[in-house]
Amino acid sequence: MTGRMTRRRLLKGAFQGSAVAVGIPFLDCFLNANGTAMASGAPIPVRFGTWFWGLGHTPGRGIGEKTGAGYEFLDECRALDPYKSQINYFSTFNTPLDGRPNNVHYTGWVGCRTGSAPMKVGDIPAPTLDVLISDAIGSGTRFRSLEVAATGNPRDSHSARDSGSLNAAEVSPIALYARVFGPGFADPNKADFKPDPRIMARQSVLSAVQEDSQDFVKGLGRADRARMEEYFTSIRQLENQLALQLEKPAPNEACAVPVSPGDVPLGIEIQTVSSNHKTLAHLLAMAVACNQTKVFNMLYSASLSALRKEGEAATQHTLTHEEPVDPTAGYQLETAWFNHRSMEALAGFIEIFSGIREGDGTLLDNTLIFANSDTNFAKLHALDGVPVMTIGKAGGRIKTGLHIAGNGDPISRIGLTVQQIMGLPVDKWGARSLMTSKPISEILV
Amino acid sequence: MPTKRSHWLLTVLTFAAALSLTGCGPSEPKTSGGPIEVRRLSEAQYRNIVADIFGSDIVVAGRFDPFNRAGGLLAVSAGSATVTPTAFEQYDSLARSIAAQVVDEKNREFLIPCKPAAADQPDEACAGQFFAKTGPLLYRRPLTQVELKRSIAVSAAAAKSLGGFYPGLAYALAGMLETPSFLFITDRLKPGADRPALDPYSKASRISFFLWNSAPDEALLKAAEQGDLDSKSGLQRQVDRMLASPRLKDGVRAFFIDMLALDDFDTLSKDPVIYPAFGLAAANDAKESMLRTITDQLIDHHGDYRDLFRTHKTFLSGPLGVVYRAPVAAPDGWAPYEFPAGEPRAGILSQLGFAALHSHPGRSSATLRGRAVRELILCEKVPDPPGDVNFSLVQDTANPDYKTARQRLTAHRSSPSCAGCHALMDPIGLSMENFDGAGQYRQQENGVAIDTTGEIDGVKFQDAAGLGQAIHDNPATASCIVNRAYQYATGRTIAKDEKDWIAYLERSFAKDGYRFPELLRRIATSDAFYAVSPGEGRSSAPVKSALGPNGDGGKS
Repeated sequence: MTGRMTRRRLLKGAFQGSAVAVGIPFLDCFLNANGTAMASGAPIPVRFGTWFWGLGHTPGRGIGEKTGAGYEFLDECRALDPYKSQINYFSTFNTPLDGRPNNVHYTGWVGCRTGSAPMKVGDIPAPTLDVLISDAIGSGTRFRSLEVAATGNPRDSHSARDSGSLNAAEVSPIALYARVFGPGFADPNKADFKPDPRIMARQSVLSAVQEDSQDFVKGLGRADRARMEEYFTSIRQLENQLALQLEKPAPNEACAVPVSPGDVPLGIEIQTVSSNHKTLAHLLAMAVACNQTKVFNMLYSASLSALRKEGEAATQHTLTHEEPVDPTAGYQLETAWFNHRSMEALAGFIEIFSGIREGDGTLLDNTLIFANSDTNFAKLHALDGVPVMTIGKAGGRIKTGLHIAGNGDPISRIGLTVQQIMGLPVDKWGARSLMTSKPISEILV
Repeated sequence: MPTKRSHWLLTVLTFAAALSLTGCGPSEPKTSGGPIEVRRLSEAQYRNIVADIFGSDIVVAGRFDPFNRAGGLLAVSAGSATVTPTAFEQYDSLARSIAAQVVDEKNREFLIPCKPAAADQPDEACAGQFFAKTGPLLYRRPLTQVELKRSIAVSAAAAKSLGGFYPGLAYALAGMLETPSFLFITDRLKPGADRPALDPYSKASRISFFLWNSAPDEALLKAAEQGDLDSKSGLQRQVDRMLASPRLKDGVRAFFIDMLALDDFDTLSKDPVIYPAFGLAAANDAKESMLRTITDQLIDHHGDYRDLFRTHKTFLSGPLGVVYRAPVAAPDGWAPYEFPAGEPRAGILSQLGFAALHSHPGRSSATLRGRAVRELILCEKVPDPPGDVNFSLVQDTANPDYKTARQRLTAHRSSPSCAGCHALMDPIGLSMENFDGAGQYRQQENGVAIDTTGEIDGVKFQDAAGLGQAIHDNPATASCIVNRAYQYATGRTIAKDEKDWIAYLERSFAKDGYRFPELLRRIATSDAFYAVSPGEGRSSAPVKSALGPNGDGGKS
């Protein structure tokens, strides 16, 4: 459309030939680029999610050298072939440390998700990407974001506003089900809707809690007052949840309320993780489709992945360091086996999102998934070329099916681009050598 | 009813206190203290408070956001932890569940001090009585007038909309359980003091969370209200009372769960094919056995802390008996057990609570165990591994030269970049190789006899029992627990000007025969424990009590 303000046009205008930082307005034109809508006429929101797997790929076995369109997935990524047109793969982006230590299996994912290298394990130097995005788009749904891990450990979460506010992961399918689809969930496709009269009483209680909290922070110093901001955000989130429960949700043909998954064992044996990942992914996808959240985080395996085969003494992580290279194959066979399983799990995750019809397309078409690992070559804890992918069309706001080589550019360029695609008014992101104002224009629409 | 042992403990403590108060021995070095702390309640603290106030029948069913370990202790992380939206959702759910149970018909008679004039109507007087009694226990201080009125008003409004006094009371109580005044342990300053000092209620909280891992009881709050905690003798009385209480075990258990990272048992799993005897029950019991061994030695027997590393005594349950391959006197419960003299199974490092915890799911790890001894027991930081290490030799059991962990690790240490750190860890961990990844005793690995000789800081030994003796004799062992106990007590790392105080505390611990309750008493009755120096941006306003400073009905 002539004269239409596209994102690409705006970003190009803002960045080309100018060193001056320009704040980008948060415009509606960043949303619904396809102009698609639900059958009810309601616009389809664009969602953002992350997917994490530990320990990267074996060098030379993830992606071929060809860049741009028509790229080739190699052995460990073969399971992703059916979704290549929905995927952008980013290789050879670097994580410069500026003299900071490479805290093995930690610095890689923190640098990628926060645009800043941590000083030590446990440091979250800046909010993670999902937190920044949920701050911008997370309102209007019951949950600002949902964090899920298939490993059975709630600490396995890569979502945090700072070092003291890790968004702990939901690890039990039945607990996730109860949280999203239990009391408080209103089926949008049911004709009758009767708000619970107790909700208004709960709102009054929260108002009192809010007042009490205001009094409480008056007595605190500046640092602790700042820390309590997250607490106030949390109260507002619950207030928002309650307010939404008083409204009849719009009919939503994509939403099919799942059945309870039942109680299942948790653990790190790979069959257990694989099964739980699948169950959690189904619940998560339906939570998104049913408009319960617009932001989600799924962790398949931890960065120090302890996944293992039943009856085997070695874990995936110990294998990466201790397994000898097979002289015939030229790589670590068992390690590669686990890497295969990671990408199969990602393919399964994508399949679930692409299997949910929404408007004229699928849930995946209206979602942007940022998938990354913590290292390139786990055996060496390499930070040059930590693998990153974007998956999904983000409502038509991203070009897909491309292999982008970073050639040593800071990995934060990917995070900056993703924020801009999600409509955040940000023109630079990151710290020190990871600070960048250069989005990846090849994927911008 | 007090036991003979608690009478004896009280006598000893009182005598020791008298000595210190009469000026015997060197005086405590002065410190300027640390910053004001605002610490989020831990899961255990939350649960303990609910049980203390409302009874252990109240079910606290739900998930709590975990802390990340900082400075070696979860307690230190509590000072920077906040409440995320997910965590608040959980707190809301827990609070409503707890409050509903409190007002339930079967409990209200005991937990609510009055009956409403009409059950289907608000009753502000009765609600006021309830909150005036319960509120201070939840907030660890008197309620302000504003807080009291707010709770009564919320209760009345909810009672009207829900059509009942008790549902209204439950909603208002749930609200209290969601406030930062409940969820955060907050230091507050004494008004009008010449220099920054904690108010008495903040002191009471410090003592209580340190010694009992729970909120102050009514007696301690009363002592705070009366100003007793500002005098040495008044403080001493309260500390002695709390040290003599059975609840001391809750506090000591919480400390050792934190110090020894026993919370890691929550996510520990072992391969059921390789270790069929080590299931969930054994994992839970391994942690419990460790804690029973510790409290038995330190509290029940008032023993030397260092003897934990060479004791043959422990406690066994049925599932543990299978793993230890030992007879169990009470298969359905717990029974004391003593490993035969001469066995390498001596000291807590040789128990499942350590050996299984610091292993891989399917095999032992001399490196993980060595690192845990250095970091958890001796408070030494082992550097993280460098990025570019070839570990192939460690795993290559097919190589006839590398059948045992010792052979593999020795080869691995031939790499100069690995040698430095592994020399700190492996000679310790290799002495525990008699215990496999589940902590079960073995004499061979891959058909080769295991060599359990080891060495730490120049002291050589033959096996795990020898390691225990070496840890017992190592000066860092006592120094470490002193440092950890003080950090745990204050919820922060040690301040720069507290070096002399810590050295004094270490000397006192030795003088006290390495008795852990004496260390707790030294800290809890010290000036340093309560000293504060609010830094830039950290201050805290005093509390204005609903009862007024003299209990005068809130004229303040």
